[in-house]
Amino acid sequence: MHAPRELRFRPLNLGRWLVWGLTALLFVLLPLAFRQGFALTLMSQMGIMIIFALSYNMLLGQSGMLSFGHAVYSGLGAFFAIHAMRAIAGGTLAWPVSLLPLIAGAGAALCGVVLGFLTTRRAGTPFAMITLGIGEMVFAAALMFPELFGGEGGITGDRTSGPPFGGISSLTFGPQIQVYALIAAWCFACMIAMYALTQTPLGRIANAVRDNPERAEFIGYNAQRVRWLMLILSSFFAGIAGGLSAINFEIVVTAENVSAARSGGVLLAAFIGGAAFFFGPILGAVVFTFFAVALSEYTKAWQLYLGVSFVLLVMFAPGGLSSLLLMNLRALKFRKFGRLRDPYVGVLAAAAGMALGGAMLIELTYHVTLDAGQGSVLSLFGFPMDTNAAGPWAFAATVLLSSLAAFAFYQRGFRRTWEAIQQEIENSVRDNPA
Amino acid sequence: MSAALELAGVRKSFGRSEIIRGVDLAIAAGERHAIIGPNGAGKSTLFNLISGRFGVSAGDIRLHGRPITNRRPYEISRRGLARSFQVTNIFHRLSVFENLRCAVLWSLGHRYAFWKNLNRLSDAQARAEAVLQQVGLRRRRDALAGSLTYAEQRALEIGITIAGGASVVLLDEPTAGMSRAESRHAVDLIREVTQGRTLVMVEHDMGVVFGLADRISVMVYGQIIASGTPAEIRANAAVRAAYLGQEAEGA
Repeated sequence: MHAPRELRFRPLNLGRWLVWGLTALLFVLLPLAFRQGFALTLMSQMGIMIIFALSYNMLLGQSGMLSFGHAVYSGLGAFFAIHAMRAIAGGTLAWPVSLLPLIAGAGAALCGVVLGFLTTRRAGTPFAMITLGIGEMVFAAALMFPELFGGEGGITGDRTSGPPFGGISSLTFGPQIQVYALIAAWCFACMIAMYALTQTPLGRIANAVRDNPERAEFIGYNAQRVRWLMLILSSFFAGIAGGLSAINFEIVVTAENVSAARSGGVLLAAFIGGAAFFFGPILGAVVFTFFAVALSEYTKAWQLYLGVSFVLLVMFAPGGLSSLLLMNLRALKFRKFGRLRDPYVGVLAAAAGMALGGAMLIELTYHVTLDAGQGSVLSLFGFPMDTNAAGPWAFAATVLLSSLAAFAFYQRGFRRTWEAIQQEIENSVRDNPA
Repeated sequence: MSAALELAGVRKSFGRSEIIRGVDLAIAAGERHAIIGPNGAGKSTLFNLISGRFGVSAGDIRLHGRPITNRRPYEISRRGLARSFQVTNIFHRLSVFENLRCAVLWSLGHRYAFWKNLNRLSDAQARAEAVLQQVGLRRRRDALAGSLTYAEQRALEIGITIAGGASVVLLDEPTAGMSRAESRHAVDLIREVTQGRTLVMVEHDMGVVFGLADRISVMVYGQIIASGTPAEIRANAAVRAAYLGQEAEGA
């Protein structure tokens, strides 16, 4: 997660307006470009995951707390929201549906106050272990109270039950596009709020506590208090993500919303994007949701692909996608990217071959082991393939092995050039400090 | 005049071994006081007790007359006592400037604020810039602290220690591991930044000690065997026998 200093994300004032303006524009333009229902579903979930992953990174990247139980806060937030939604429908609560995430956030923050008081007393590995325990504890406790958490079936609600948004009768949050708009607005606001938080005394001291909690105590800060406050704020935003998911799905299920799998998912998203930069988890959330929602439509093996990609990413780009991206941009800025072009072509072509061969083998195997009842022929990339014939297997194995060999060959040259370029840039930065 | 820092009957044991065996010490406000002694005498442990890193087993520690015994490090820091460390102890992944800005935030009353924009806090900005200038790291302002040279990190360590405006400053071997030239530079720096404050320092380099200190205490086996001006310490027969030996002759 260590990044060279000139890689820091520090937009100038003008640049900052530009970045946020373009982000807002993207939120508006995306549904115009992708109009199908599935794309809207996907983008809605991406928006929720972005908030969740950013809130997670307030702990991991900014405060140095590796949590295995962050779904507790988004999940409990979702339950707060769904109960409030039912109360709105029942006429016992006068509150707009569009502001349900606030209730969810406040409820989750309250849980953060209580649970965080326990978890943040320790840092490092003990913290991670305690969050794991608390996660399991809350999960089990939720199943103990079916009236409150709906048992295994979960609790359902109706997002259209409240008064229409802004008094306009057609804005009931019935159609997915309206839900998308609501999520996009919340996502944008939360992104700004969480970025702003990194530029405050607490945000900076959280970085100091992450780097050296003991030293922070000797400059007047109670490291435990800093971690606790960051956890409370982080659970507020996680709760908002949970509230939005309650609105989006109109159902909250303990097994999905509060589970260790969800906690693991957000950890993966933050790591994939890179915890060292503010925008890293945004990239990670988009990629993770793509795997979890889009790829899962096409293949049962999506988790296998996610796992393999994750392992490769951690091995070859431990700083995540964001640091990979910034290092390439830096090479471009220092006019050294040209030297990387040819090595990139070789490496990427070999990697594509490996992905193709590997995916074919995995899909063929999955078909044999899990879908044999549907006959021996499956359609892969639009081509029919017979798992009983030797041809597809041999082809897949040949593609995989030959591209593996090509990758082994090309990666050496790529690595040499890459390292030389990074070293040259480091040297020139050191010799000419800005 | 009441002492800036006062220790009475301070003891510390780890398990069955007693490391600090009854230390009494009074350091006047504005004094530059050096604590010397052979390795293992308990000098750093004494610093750890004063600054709250460890609790004492017995005894009493007062800062400007108020008890700070067994308080947490952040409570003691807030009362105006700051310390540096023998092993460089900085925020490696923050820039030099951010290291210093973090060190001034509490004393300026910004505490845990999450509603203030850091870049608009002109007092913190100005104080951090001033310390940056003082410790001679202006040119390295935006470098990551972890990428500094050893001597630069030591200077930053001192900067972090004094940035919060503490009235009593504890420096633990500030010139350890430095070359002669670096060490001379560090002495000038220490003299400048501790102007008007009370300085307590543990140091092995006798040149630095006799050049800087108004008073010196000699610690051997967890006890202070002598306290006095540099001249008195140099002349003290017990000190010469117990510790200084040839080094005092050379100083």
